[in-house]
Parts: sequence; C-alpha cells; structure tokens
Amino acid sequence: MPYLPALAWAPSPDDDDAPFWERCNQRRLCFQRCDDCRFVVHPPLSVCPACQSTNRGWLEAPREAFVFAFTWIHTAADAAVEACTPYNVVLVAFEGLPDVKLISNVVDVQHGGLKTGDRLALVWEPGSEGQLLPRFRLA
Amino acid sequence: MGESESRRARDVCISGVGETRYTRWGGITDRNEFQLACEAVSRAAGDAGIATRELDGLVSFADAPGDMTVLALALGIENLTFSAMVWGGRGGSACGAVALAEAAVASGKATRVAVVRSLSQGRSRRYGRSFSARTHTNFNAPFGLFSPPQMLALAVQRYDHDWGLDRDALMEVALVCNAHAQSNPRAVMYGRALTAERYRASRPIAEPLRLHDCCLETDGACALVVTTARRARDAGAKPVPILAASQYGAKGWSTAYMGSQNVPSAEYGTGGQRELARRLYQQAGLTPAGIEVLQVYDHFTGMVPIALEEFGFCEPGQGGRYIRAGEIGMGGRTPMNTAGGSLAEAYVHGLNHVVEGVRQMRGESVNQVAGARTCLVTSGAGIMPTSGLILGVA
Repeated sequence: MPYLPALAWAPSPDDDDAPFWERCNQRRLCFQRCDDCRFVVHPPLSVCPACQSTNRGWLEAPREAFVFAFTWIHTAADAAVEACTPYNVVLVAFEGLPDVKLISNVVDVQHGGLKTGDRLALVWEPGSEGQLLPRFRLA
Repeated sequence: MGESESRRARDVCISGVGETRYTRWGGITDRNEFQLACEAVSRAAGDAGIATRELDGLVSFADAPGDMTVLALALGIENLTFSAMVWGGRGGSACGAVALAEAAVASGKATRVAVVRSLSQGRSRRYGRSFSARTHTNFNAPFGLFSPPQMLALAVQRYDHDWGLDRDALMEVALVCNAHAQSNPRAVMYGRALTAERYRASRPIAEPLRLHDCCLETDGACALVVTTARRARDAGAKPVPILAASQYGAKGWSTAYMGSQNVPSAEYGTGGQRELARRLYQQAGLTPAGIEVLQVYDHFTGMVPIALEEFGFCEPGQGGRYIRAGEIGMGGRTPMNTAGGSLAEAYVHGLNHVVEGVRQMRGESVNQVAGARTCLVTSGAGIMPTSGLILGVA
C-alpha cells in the first residue's frame, strides 16, 4: 500500500517539469542541471536561473538525503487523503545540493517518529495515472 | 535631499477607507465578490470625500478575479489612467498594492487610486480546498501538501529547530488578536472570546499549528483611496501620510512556502522580510524604536514572532519572549493588530490591516493607541513579493 492512496493527486506535467516525471517513471530521481553553467534548480524551470540558458540537463539525486523540515497533517485539505491523517509531509534536502529541496513523505514511520536531520533513503511508490512518486524511508 | 525627505515632498497619503460587513466564509450569499468590491470602494470614496467617478486608478492583488475595466464601468469612473495588479504574492502583496497606488500618485500617472480586495465564498469555495491552479502544485499535491497552513507549518517547524518555538507565545498571539476583536463590532470574532482553555483544546491542523493558530476565512471586502495630501484636504478628508511603502522579494524565493519550497537553506524558516524592513525604515527615516503601533500579517500565529524579529523589535529567536512580555497587547511597547487582524477581525488578504493602520493614525481605532504617530503594516511573509508600509500623521 502506498503511503497516500494511489488514486490521489497526480502531477500534470508541463513544459518545465515533464522530464522530471518521465525520469521518475524510470525510477530515477533527477534534478535539472544547466548544461552550460551546471547550476542545479528545483522545481525544474525551462530557463536556468543562474545563466538564463535553455540547455537543460539532468543530474541523478545524491543518495544522501535528510529531513530539512516536516509536519504531521491532522486536518486533510482534500477528500482523497482524509482517511490517512495524521500523515507526514517532509521537506527533503540532499548533501551537496543547497538549492534543492523536495517535498515528499516518509513511509513506515509512526506519528512522532521524525526529527530534523534524520537520514533518508529513496523508495518508489505508485501514484495515480501510472506515475511513480519518489518517497523515502528512514535510513 | 534624502529619500525620506523626497518622499515627504511628494506627500502621498491614504484619504479614505471602507469595508463591507465581514462574515465567516460562506456567510454572504446575497451578493457576489464583485458587488462587495464595488461596495467597499464606494465607501472608501465616500470616506475620502469624493465620488467613485472621480477615481482614476484601480489596483488589486492576490490574483483577484474579474476584469478591472468592468469594475471601472460599475463605479462610473470617467477617466481611468492607471490600472494594475501585483504579480503573485497573494497575501504578501496587500501593502504592495498600496505601494503601487502610491507610485502612481507620486509619479502623476493618476490622482485618486482605489486599492481593493474582495473575498466571498457564499457563491464559490476556496477554504480548506486544494488549489490545483497554484504554481508548483505538481511538487506538493501528490504528497498530500495542499493548503497554506500545511505549507507554513513546515517553515514554523524549521524555525522551531533553529531557535526553539515558544508555543505559549503562539497562544498569546491568538488571544491578543481575539481580545482586540472584542472591541470591534466589525470583527467576525466579535462576541466570541477565545480562552487559553479553548485554544489548547482546539484541534491540530498541521503540527505545530492548531485551529486557533490559523487565520479566519472571511466573506467581505475592503478598500482605500490613495491621493495627495492637498487633494485629500480639498475633499474634506483627513490625510494619513504614507511614510514608506515597498514590495520586496529576495533571490530564489519565488513561490517559496506556497509553492516551490526552495527557499535558500540559510533563509528557510524566516519570513524573508528582513531586507524589506531595512528598506521601509530607510524610506521613512525611522528605526524600530520609532514605531508605535503594529499591524502584522497574521495568517498563522507561528509567523508573527518571526516577523517581530525581522522588523527589528527583538533579536532573532526572541520573538516569543517579546510576545510573552505583553509587548503586543494594549499597553505594550507595540500594540499589534488592534482591530483583531486576520486571526479575529477578518481575512481580506491583509488589506484590512492597512485600513486599521489608517484608523490608528486618524485616532479613530476601536483600540486607539493614545497619541500614536507611526504605524507599521506588514503583509504576508514567506512569499514573493512580500510588502510593507509605514503610515504617519499629517
């Protein structure tokens, strides 16, 4: 069972982020890296914020991930996740990528079982419409 | 001539304020958002001593729906020379919208500009719903992150990690705003006193925020008129000078806590208002010590200590201590949200904070700070652009 119901929200990929979600479906968590100046940006953006290049490359996420911030949500704002409360939402940061933070969830953890700085390992879970979503477990 | 002197020479002021009645969200079913906007502007114009047809500028913010030209039609505006809306920012740009109007008047592009915000869910729904149209929703919604309290909870949690969160101070923010609303018949929470017991018993929304840490959702509208002091006096109105007005967004913030979440690491857990504060004080030629009353954007109690720190009323990490020392209540160093704020008066994306700031400077507040001659108004933190104002006495 995925952490949140697979029928819940799917991304609607756009020009900026379609390559991100395509790679997720190959079980590859990648962040956009400028082919010209190597600046890494997330969420993906079709123009590099550092040099305004439109030559977009992709960098595999570092394996070392950790909890930068988190919350436990008790009041659902969408019917699709009402049965899941309390559930966690975690802002994940990655070693060596100071400009990247990724919203995700930590699976297999009890309410109260998270703290800032906890080490995380990537797992893949099915979302809706066949989209694989990057989630994490405590490392 | 310094910047503060040149600003005084321009002499731009707020000459009128107006609002509709405020109700809990969904409470106004006989009128739509557009009708409420027109009512608020009409009242602000009346308060400014002019007819709505004499307005020549219209400004709004926070993705206000509808078409400004229809508003100009409905208000009978004869010569529309300035219409604008602040990009993005949502509640961050209430003061930014006033700054836009001020710029228009100062530059001569317009002479009497109305700033308006209207929200009504009697005929539409936004509260507690996910926002599919939000920029960067793709990176939030699939993970169950949908609504502003959930998003700001992450920032407040990080502040807790960095500095330690004083939870009793958050309760004090909720209690102070509610207490101020008990003198304000316009306030949604008027007659509905909050107690510590009720606060503590309120349900958790997104840790560390409880229900009473979250602002209201309101049906209603408010508006104000920006013009020159001379025009204000000619119309028989009492001008409230705009001593400083600014929008601000720092590198990398963009949709910030409301979208991308990619606030630079060193700034994550702040409101992103420290540089805004510096610019406002510089424009006004003031320091925090010169501010006598505050209207601080209180979407969530947890963002208030952060704002007090960033605007220089206390050191980083000391916002909770400042609050618990009684400094934001009546009789404190800087009485705050004297009409009840977003937590207890109304949630009109912070434009009502400006309206209350004007009332304080006129000496007409329901909780008047005796002799106050400066009021700092802040708009929503944690998004780009955020904004602020310093109002004075003519």
